[in-house]
Amino acid sequence: MQLTGAQALIKSLEMQGVDVMFGLPGGAILPVYDPIIDSSIRHILVRHEQGAGHMAEGYAMVTGKPGVAMVTSGPGATNIVTPLANAYMDSTPLIVISGQVATGSIGTDAFQECDITGVTMGITKHNWLIKDVDDIPRVVAAAFHVATTGRPGPVLIDFPKDIANTMMEWYWPTSVEELDLPGYHPVTDGDPVLVAEAAQLISAAHRPVLYVGGGVLKSRAAEALRALADLTGIPVVTTLMARGAFPDSHPQALGMPGMHGHYTAVTALQRSDLLISLGARFDDRVTGKISAFAPEAKIIHVDIDRAELGKVRRADVGIAGDCRLVIEELLRALGAKGEGPVVQDLAPWWSQLHQWQEQFPLYYDDAEGGAIKPQNVVEQLRDAAPEDTIVVAGVGQHQMWASQYWEFNHPYSWVNSGGAGTMGFAVPACIGAKVGRPDKTVWAIDGDGCFQMTAQELVTATAEQIPVKIAILNNAYLGMVRQWQEMFYGERYSEVYLSPDLPDYVKWAEAMGCVGIRAETPEDVGPAIEKANSVDDRPVVVDFRTDAFEKVFPMVAAGQSNDDIVVHPDQKAPVR
Amino acid sequence: MTPAQLTALAGGKSSAPRHHILSVLVENKAGVLSRVAGLFSRRGFNIYSLAVAPTDEDEHFSRITIVVDVESAPLEQVIQQLDKLVNVVSIGELSPGDAVERELVLATVAVGPTERSQVIQLVGVFGGEVVSVGADRLTVMLAGRPEKIDDFEGLLEHYTVVELQRTGRVALPKLDRH
Repeated sequence: MQLTGAQALIKSLEMQGVDVMFGLPGGAILPVYDPIIDSSIRHILVRHEQGAGHMAEGYAMVTGKPGVAMVTSGPGATNIVTPLANAYMDSTPLIVISGQVATGSIGTDAFQECDITGVTMGITKHNWLIKDVDDIPRVVAAAFHVATTGRPGPVLIDFPKDIANTMMEWYWPTSVEELDLPGYHPVTDGDPVLVAEAAQLISAAHRPVLYVGGGVLKSRAAEALRALADLTGIPVVTTLMARGAFPDSHPQALGMPGMHGHYTAVTALQRSDLLISLGARFDDRVTGKISAFAPEAKIIHVDIDRAELGKVRRADVGIAGDCRLVIEELLRALGAKGEGPVVQDLAPWWSQLHQWQEQFPLYYDDAEGGAIKPQNVVEQLRDAAPEDTIVVAGVGQHQMWASQYWEFNHPYSWVNSGGAGTMGFAVPACIGAKVGRPDKTVWAIDGDGCFQMTAQELVTATAEQIPVKIAILNNAYLGMVRQWQEMFYGERYSEVYLSPDLPDYVKWAEAMGCVGIRAETPEDVGPAIEKANSVDDRPVVVDFRTDAFEKVFPMVAAGQSNDDIVVHPDQKAPVR
Repeated sequence: MTPAQLTALAGGKSSAPRHHILSVLVENKAGVLSRVAGLFSRRGFNIYSLAVAPTDEDEHFSRITIVVDVESAPLEQVIQQLDKLVNVVSIGELSPGDAVERELVLATVAVGPTERSQVIQLVGVFGGEVVSVGADRLTVMLAGRPEKIDDFEGLLEHYTVVELQRTGRVALPKLDRH
């Protein structure tokens, strides 16, 4: 069967099971948009290429399938650089197809030419520039293989315009060997000797903590983790990327560690004698000052990316492997110990943990008569939403409050920008999440600063009938920066004031075809949420005018030891 | 100067950097060298020298010999990050004691009537060659162990060196005699 390169590309995506893609056409990618008309793939036309990338990420994070975005050359391609960087940091499988000028024009500074494979080399797992039309099916299959196996990540295929118009004889690779990837061999199983050593350490520990990262979700290991926690009775912390991997309602859940983590989660890591790190990478936002992090703890570090082992903190037992497979091996190794308990008596440890939980719960001052408290908005949203709602956040104070105050009990119910900290992530990502899981309620909890970066994608949501819900915690500031200026720059506020009513978020929402709602007082919050929840035929935006002076607590200042965690001023300072 | 900087000057940092040799087999594809070099720069690893050439007749693969300054990062981390590059097929680590290393230098030296015979003699002692002769210049070549090249270069500095180019070292494992 003879196909044009463009037809072969679309057919290759169909062969990969792609059912939806996000994109925006332009000159160099024009030939590829023609066969889309006849394709089974749903194409969602975005208003800015950054939106296409984040939508594909949101889609990938809730479905586990790779997200696909298509853009044109030059500025189209550079506009999706941020989503690629974001997906690289958070290990999200993302496939970006960018148009490129014709092969004969490459290197001549042609119109809308950009060396996008060069630009994205450091922020993709791999990228390809297609120079031969016969390579198309093989490269597409290889791109999906690389993006979705091992440690997942973004890939980019750069597609010159003349290749799209060249004829080729269709074929489809049927085995990994045909993909021509002689240097790509992701590990899966953990080394049984190391697993046995890990089991020994677990059995000997008196203050163990399961330090659970995003890799547990990527490897679909939530069930295995639950079994490990149940078998051992060890407390569990879930990082920002792992919220939902272990139910917050479980008695062994201590919540989130890190800069704005739960006091008990932070301090449990700090005082632990054994950290069992599963798919986490000792990020500086979790460890605080690394030389002071968990000083008495031995480390079991499980990661599918061997380069993570020992990158930040030396592991006593470092196991390269898929988290689900390694946890299952670990369960067998612990189970094989025969009669008697598999761990030490953890009752003294739990008694200490419970004491911390009691002494330093999450706290905010919810006195009557004041302004709307952002934490309270999150609580009310949570209580009025279906149990399996997907929550999406941007980056900043609102993100931390969402992570702290929502109760995550299901994997793949939390979508946010972790490693890269990409403001403006929430609106497009929640659209992608809703496309991936139309059966679920999708609430974006956003900040006013973030919202203004990517709000135009709500036009896409209205046009494509994607009924997402956006809660803007509108404190009229770039709130997290404001908090740092208040705490660390002597209240010298530099370029952080935005305004509560410029723009008018309700009018803006309505102009984009959404329902716009405003809540100005604490009494407005409940009814506004109720009204928002009653809308299911279009996007809805709620402008919550929140207390501008509210800060996120607890907090570990950047570069400080986790021992120096600061709790809310109303709480009695921790005794060390 | 801070005490920390003084300590660094007095201590290990002032001694010669510790080098390790990585012999990296890569797919011979466009952009591979850029991927390897880019990885080193963005991860903050230092390259001391680098040599690259195809390894087989079909030119499917190339071998990159990288001398890494392991003061800049643990060797293990350099290897693991390199191994993640999709085009990197295999990585061999050669510690200086277990490898045969060679390097080549070309040097053009300005020579008057008296220096001409001295330089030719020096080249002869080291087992190098005179590869080009001009009216008042000589271009000489020497291949050998990097330390030998260092010595040769040091002695050439007594003359007027117009241009000098070293290749960076290439290396293979030493063979087992048993």
